[in-house]
Amino acid sequence: MNKNRREFLKVGAAAGAASLVGFPHIWSKNSSLAFAQGGEIKVGVLFSLTGTTAIIEESLNKATLMAIEEINANGGINGLKITPVVEDPASDPATFAEKARKLVLSDRCVSVFGSYTSASRKAVLPVFEKQENLFWYPTLYEGRECSKNVIYTGAVPNQQQDDFIPWLVEKFGKRWYLIGSNYIYPKEENNYCKKLLEGLGAEVIAEEYVPLGHSEFSSVINKFRSEKPNVIFSTVVGDSVVALHRQYRAAGLDPATMPMASLTTSENEVAAMGGDAAAGHFTSAPYFMVFDSPENQRFVEAYRSRWGGDKVTHFVSESSYFQIHLFKQAVAKLAASDISPLAIREAVKSEEYKAPQGLVKVEPENLHCWLRPKIGQCKADGQFEILTQSADWLEPNPYSAYPNQKCTAEGLKEV
Amino acid sequence: MDFVVSQILTGLSLSSILLLVALGLAIIYGVTGVINLAHGEFVMLGAYCAWLLQSQFGWSLLASLAVIFLLVAALGWLIEIAVIRHLYDRPLDTILATWGLGVMTQQIVRLTAGGELRYVQMPPALSGSVDILGATDSAYRLFVLAVALGLFMLTWGIYRYTSFGLKLRAITQNRAIASSFGINSARAYRLTFAYGAGIAGLAGALISPLKSVSPEMGTTYVVDAFMVVVLGGVQSLVGTLASSAVLGETSGLIAYYSNDTIAKALVLVAIVIIIRFRPQGLFAPRVRA
Repeated sequence: MNKNRREFLKVGAAAGAASLVGFPHIWSKNSSLAFAQGGEIKVGVLFSLTGTTAIIEESLNKATLMAIEEINANGGINGLKITPVVEDPASDPATFAEKARKLVLSDRCVSVFGSYTSASRKAVLPVFEKQENLFWYPTLYEGRECSKNVIYTGAVPNQQQDDFIPWLVEKFGKRWYLIGSNYIYPKEENNYCKKLLEGLGAEVIAEEYVPLGHSEFSSVINKFRSEKPNVIFSTVVGDSVVALHRQYRAAGLDPATMPMASLTTSENEVAAMGGDAAAGHFTSAPYFMVFDSPENQRFVEAYRSRWGGDKVTHFVSESSYFQIHLFKQAVAKLAASDISPLAIREAVKSEEYKAPQGLVKVEPENLHCWLRPKIGQCKADGQFEILTQSADWLEPNPYSAYPNQKCTAEGLKEV
Repeated sequence: MDFVVSQILTGLSLSSILLLVALGLAIIYGVTGVINLAHGEFVMLGAYCAWLLQSQFGWSLLASLAVIFLLVAALGWLIEIAVIRHLYDRPLDTILATWGLGVMTQQIVRLTAGGELRYVQMPPALSGSVDILGATDSAYRLFVLAVALGLFMLTWGIYRYTSFGLKLRAITQNRAIASSFGINSARAYRLTFAYGAGIAGLAGALISPLKSVSPEMGTTYVVDAFMVVVLGGVQSLVGTLASSAVLGETSGLIAYYSNDTIAKALVLVAIVIIIRFRPQGLFAPRVRA
């Protein structure tokens, strides 16, 4: 007992001495540690490579890495190489937060690119706000968020719906059936959709949510049959969307009179459900793989030669790609010693880039992007036919369903 | 009228899928007492076999059904020899072992076939819809219903009217005494496990044109299958049939009048209440009473 106690004291004293020596050492090291060091600049890449959403996040990871490789092959940013630190958060929000903390605190990344679901974005948000770091989020999402530490390069509800909903009402009619998965994203999209429909004098005959991962739609399809809506506005996501489309087709319903209109069905989902089941339905998005522009041609060719000829690009992989280029342009404006997350945020404001979808710009007020929405109809070969595109780029308004709130550079304001 | 018919048809379609998925589980559980948590993975493997045969060899779904049954049954046979037979009479260990097998199967499929969602093309002859008494229903769903009923009759026939079925029933009542009368119970168990696995594989192949095919798809089906078996009563094939009919029709009806989220919740609550007052399930075998 006595001996143990003495040993304990000895160990304790040694540890104390070590920490006395240790602390100043760590401090001095820390103060001189700039974000750009040794000719490289570290960024985090945080997409799930395993778990339920890995299916889609893998493609975002690929687009991100490809953009980084492109920039490095062209001499980096002012001679600095971008070094990606890839972590796999395994589709789990808690792991997302843990890996984000690791990337920011221990790897000292100057920015992190990542995440697909809203749940995972909400999980990492506190890390970036507390550590004053910068997170780049490529996915379309429900809006209603105003963080000073996130650059949002995906579409918000007004950008996907402002052209889409009136177009559908005019073309197909005023009886609308809203069906979605049961979580925040479909509910917020539907909030805005209902507002637009009300303005157009259209009628919502049903608003219904199915559990996430639900795969049996026969009752829903029965209701489609008896209610006979003009448009089915679907915010069903994940593998449910495959089941919904395949069962819709098996039931013999006709997209020509009762089309499904979606904000999430991209080339990726179509590849999973088969072109025959998706044909005839509509999607609104800023980017489609068939979009005809020299930038997109380059993007698709580079993606396929890097990752395989059968791969598809879609509107989330496109924004994963162009946000790296926005990052590059922002960093290029800074001296190497000035590079920091907040300096990058200031530098990226109003920055423009010629993306595969067309010219995009970061809105300085709310850090979302001006995008170019298009309406596509799916064809049996799994690609979309672009029917219309908005005349100009559309301003992002993350609070479009809430007219008394506005996201500004100073934060959320009541107006 | 057509509404009633279409609602009954929807319920029957739900029931047929439940029956398909639960049948294999009911046989394995009823005869060998093994709680097979890897059952969903047999369903998943069946769906992947259908996808593989179609995308790689161009086989239509109908042509590949027999092959899929044999492939998944063979796998069940091997698993019985390698793992399950060492664990009879150790229910906790079988739960762990089959769960582990399930996880491994999922990951193996993910590593070999990839994590993407897949789909299986519906047989062209069945991709239309048919009118029945004024209601419209998908021809393929009716086909699945017919196959489910056919498989049930076949299984019931084997169980009831063949000498192998007689031996099975003897083993179910008392394995030791049945063995002492010269019945090779190890072989019977092995065949049962393989047959149950094969039926699960068929179920996966049959539902694959309606649902998405992914490595994780089995997890939801194993839950549904257990609900059916628990409600119907272990060791009762008729109970499995009845409870899948009841569950399918009820959840179809509730989903029509409210939505699928509520339907799922209410059905689970109802099951909890029923097994509270009738723990042996709706159809308990008389022999054990």
